Amino acid sequence: MSIQVKDTSIFYGDFKAVEDVTMSIKPKSVTAFIGPSGCGKSTFLRTLNRMHEVIPGAYVEGKISIHGQDIYGPNVDPVAVRRKVGMVFQRPNPFPTMSIYDNVLAGNKLNSKRIKKSEADSIVESALRGANLWNEVKDRLSKPGMGLSGGQQQRLCIARAIAVQPEVLLMDEPCSALDPISTAAIEDLIHELKSDYTIVIVTHNMQQAARVSDDTGFFNLKAAGQPGHLVEFNPTKQMFTKPDNPDTEAYISGRFG
Amino acid sequence: MTVAADPGADPGVDTKSELSGRGSMGDVVFRGIAVIAATLIMVALAAVFIFLGIEGIPGFSVDEQHYAGQGSFLGLVVPLLYATMYAAVLALIVAVPFSVAIALFISHYAPRRIATPVAYVIDLLAAVPSVVFGLWGAVVLGPYLVPTHAWLSENLAWLPFFDGQPSGNGRTLFTASIVLAVMILPIITSICREVFAQTPRLHEEAALALGATRWEMVRYAVFPYARSGMVSAVMLGLGRALGETMAIAMIVSPKVLISLFIIGTNNPETIAAHIAQGYKESTPDRLSVLIATGLVLFAFTFLVNALARWIVARGRAK
Amino acid sequence: MSNTDLSNEETKLSHATLPRGAQWLVGVAAVALGGLALVLGMGIVGAAVIGLLGFLIGYPLWALLVENRRSATDKLVTGLVWTAFAVAVIPLIWLVYTVVSRGAATLSPEFLTYSMRSVTGDEQGGLYHALMGTLIVTGIAAVISIPIGIMTAIYLIEYGKGNRLAKTITFLVDVMTGIPSIVAGLFAFALFTLLVGPGTRFGFGGGVALSLLMIPTVVRSTEEMLKLVPDDLREAAYALGVPKWRTITKMVLPTAIGGIVTGVVLSISRVIGETAPLLVASGFNPNLNTSPFEDSPMMTVPVFIYTQLSEATAKGVEYAWGGALVLFILVMVLNLIARIVGTIFAPKTGR
Repeated sequence: MSIQVKDTSIFYGDFKAVEDVTMSIKPKSVTAFIGPSGCGKSTFLRTLNRMHEVIPGAYVEGKISIHGQDIYGPNVDPVAVRRKVGMVFQRPNPFPTMSIYDNVLAGNKLNSKRIKKSEADSIVESALRGANLWNEVKDRLSKPGMGLSGGQQQRLCIARAIAVQPEVLLMDEPCSALDPISTAAIEDLIHELKSDYTIVIVTHNMQQAARVSDDTGFFNLKAAGQPGHLVEFNPTKQMFTKPDNPDTEAYISGRFG
Repeated sequence: MTVAADPGADPGVDTKSELSGRGSMGDVVFRGIAVIAATLIMVALAAVFIFLGIEGIPGFSVDEQHYAGQGSFLGLVVPLLYATMYAAVLALIVAVPFSVAIALFISHYAPRRIATPVAYVIDLLAAVPSVVFGLWGAVVLGPYLVPTHAWLSENLAWLPFFDGQPSGNGRTLFTASIVLAVMILPIITSICREVFAQTPRLHEEAALALGATRWEMVRYAVFPYARSGMVSAVMLGLGRALGETMAIAMIVSPKVLISLFIIGTNNPETIAAHIAQGYKESTPDRLSVLIATGLVLFAFTFLVNALARWIVARGRAK
Repeated sequence: MSNTDLSNEETKLSHATLPRGAQWLVGVAAVALGGLALVLGMGIVGAAVIGLLGFLIGYPLWALLVENRRSATDKLVTGLVWTAFAVAVIPLIWLVYTVVSRGAATLSPEFLTYSMRSVTGDEQGGLYHALMGTLIVTGIAAVISIPIGIMTAIYLIEYGKGNRLAKTITFLVDVMTGIPSIVAGLFAFALFTLLVGPGTRFGFGGGVALSLLMIPTVVRSTEEMLKLVPDDLREAAYALGVPKWRTITKMVLPTAIGGIVTGVVLSISRVIGETAPLLVASGFNPNLNTSPFEDSPMMTVPVFIYTQLSEATAKGVEYAWGGALVLFILVMVLNLIARIVGTIFAPKTGR
């Protein structure tokens, strides 16, 4: 599931938030987006599964295709895109009315898909195992998801996302609300998930980008009020040792941002 | 920089089949229902105006005999509107100080374990139907206040409100305004309570840290912050009092007149009470007149409510 | 705030204060004063007023003598606030007491099961017809208002968000909130006068009138509840590939259902006691009438109370109190249900 982005700009009404992004995201790898606040990296991430459309007046110009299919094509249903491209958010957001079990099955339940009990059980178990959460919650699957700790909730949200069997997983600063130990658990999980999913992660933390990603994209603003743009997109190793662009180097070495 | 491969270069996959949707039908239908419901509200309100207009506009100029002895529409509606305003203002005069004090009691003075039940009781007061208030006012409070009426006319007759022969049964505008005050008290209290509770804690603590007493804290930190909210609470209470029918219709023995005197047997009649008491006379012309007065009442309460909203909006913009 | 007082005592933190429990001492003195007034023949109300005034004046005065003016003002206001609360509770207790005691005297199985059909003089009558009428008319109002109200709120929060139509609707809902109840009755009456014929008064007309009053409260309370559902839950559902309408029906509504039901039940309890619109739109009828669409008046409990009071007979007043108690119980039960529903559906955290 490679993702190809070509000349993509993002608008909120008249305001151009992100300008002319072109990149190619490799399948079954981790790609990180870094950059200062407000540079459009989260906005850009959301266009990869059309989540930005939740905001009225937001639209995209250019072409984004996943596995060769234009996700903004004329007959494309954004709902179908999101089933292929899952997402994990900044704050853990399990559904408060649902148990842990139902949270994992939320994708099926909310779509009223009928599945056999045995099949449901196995989906829940494999998703929770996939999210490294099974051992911690297997005895209290019927308890509310809100009762878990922050880090567990976030892994529950990852389990929920992978239970619908997406091919791409977008993560929008998934660790920013978590403590260091929970963060480490999520980072380990990202490593494991890489073998099955294409992962794109936005992070504020450059060490995290260096630890978990294979490729890194650096977004920046030319000036306040200007649209954000992609400065450099390269293998993470190269990015953190000898970046092509002097701005990237300045940012990575902590001289601004 | 790695440049993107041509996105179209993956011929093996059929775009349509995998990403094109089937679920969008449900979205269209559901959204449609929501839009229809919302539009129905528009239609309903338009219908209110249209039908009241069709039935009521003739009422502005029918034969003189239908204006309850007042000769013309203006001759009828001016005293009615006066009485409506008068009763509502009297009720406000009684209700506002109490409402503000109770709101303060709940938000700043009472210990928490008293404040919560008190707030609940005040809300219950709002749930009592107006017909029950009317019954109580007419049968219980009115007779109880007869000595008060006598006392007022003996001792305070120099005020125009009390200058005259007092009523013998207490079914007067005086009693009615007290009942009306009790009825609008919960509305004003609950809004004031909310705005008082929203005073930024920092302001309050700053005042206390400067050595203010509790009253000074309320006066210098809470009231300035809550002013526009309090004004709109009063306006909403006024709106409710203007439209209130039953309490007045059941308590007072009314007559179409303009007078300040509130403890006698003849009391100024409000629009709503006039409609409630006259609706049985079903000659079409008379009904048109009643509906026309209803339109006037609607327009008037609308203005009052609009003013209240405008004040709130202005307060927020600051 | 006067600074002079402070500067005088700049260096010392303690100054003369009233003894602990001073308010109780003053309270006892005030009660004694009231007792004295009672003995002197002031009457119970007069005595209470004297006692209260004694407290309201005495306590700040003492503070003024011992402490300072600021403290005295503070104590005066505290006293006033407590007094206002106590005075405002009096009519409520009085009202509830009379309704319950006088209503209970009338309430009997016969009263609940008889209508007023050809009841004359001292014959036993009842409000069965009115009770049925109230249930039918309120039911009609609920059936009309709940779907329209909830769907409108869904439109405003989930779809409209700030567009022109949504702003217009919000404004119109505000206008509707301000419709005087009797005008709603006049509207229904005018509407059916044109549609059916002059002087039409029937159950459905009353239901339409009440729904006009009920819709805005349903919209408002539902809107508030939908606003409380965090946006990240909606996004989480979208990100799972759930269409918007399923997100709303399966996730947003279940999350907010407790508050929505509470709001709906409270709005029913508001309109069930409405009198003026029903007087105009449903009319009155001493007989049982259970067909809301037939062109004949339908009695309701509030109108029953009103007409019995205007009979101006002892029996009529008695029946009016009976009706008031029945209505009061209906309203209180609805309020209780609303509260219970609110607690049952309150979000569980599991912690």
